[in-house]
Amino acid sequence: MNLRRDVFQAIADPTRRAILLLVATHAMTAGAIAANFDTARPTVSKHLAILTECELLKQEQNGREIYYHLNPHKMKEIADFIEPFRKMWDDRFNKLEDIMKKYQTKK
Amino acid sequence: MELKTKVHAEEGKQELIVTREFDLPLELLFRAYTEPEILEEWMGTKVLKLENKKHGSWQFETTDPAGNKHGFSGTIHDFVPEERITRTFEMENSGFGVQLEFLEFEKLTEDTSKLRMHIIYKTLEERAQYLKIGMARGMGLAHNRLEKAAIKFKK
Repeated sequence: MNLRRDVFQAIADPTRRAILLLVATHAMTAGAIAANFDTARPTVSKHLAILTECELLKQEQNGREIYYHLNPHKMKEIADFIEPFRKMWDDRFNKLEDIMKKYQTKK
Repeated sequence: MELKTKVHAEEGKQELIVTREFDLPLELLFRAYTEPEILEEWMGTKVLKLENKKHGSWQFETTDPAGNKHGFSGTIHDFVPEERITRTFEMENSGFGVQLEFLEFEKLTEDTSKLRMHIIYKTLEERAQYLKIGMARGMGLAHNRLEKAAIKFKK
């Protein structure tokens, strides 16, 4: 498995999370994004490459400039990922509640 | 529909917080964690050992549909009745590391209570792997229910 394509790996880095927040409201060029960070431009480019690889960011050519914008579908994937895990616990806790209600009425 | 069980998994952190409110008095909720027979019923596991006390330990065993036995165990670091259980959790022979669990029980009203599970994994990767397993289990449970429902229709 290529870890760089894993969305969870992508959002594990604080700079990358900051980039996602930046472009959440409007599409930005690599230069405009880099201007918000103290880190070297190539480092920001590397982060942008990873975010693009895992499809959290989409590139759009506009004239000579490339704009990066957020891919909301991929962000939803992260939220959906946790859902079945939550369901597993929910099922278990529902069972606990049902079982304990029996004890409650027995009293 | 309101979600009864909430999972909070902040990105970039190797921890997980699961909260749930129960339509049960605190005393009953706590008993579900301390009486082996009750625990076996709702967790679907066999309780080999359960020493709910400081310096105590616990050991569960489940058998999968193929007949393979899986061990789960840990030690109990803190135990305050109707308040909290602090313990470690390990899936034996799974390659997964040990995780630390803080279980906090809270009385909401005479008839309702709340459980907050704070789980800490060794690494970010382990949390992700654990979530993946949970996801497979969640899918499995949903599937089992579907199967049961389908059988009812057959009859």
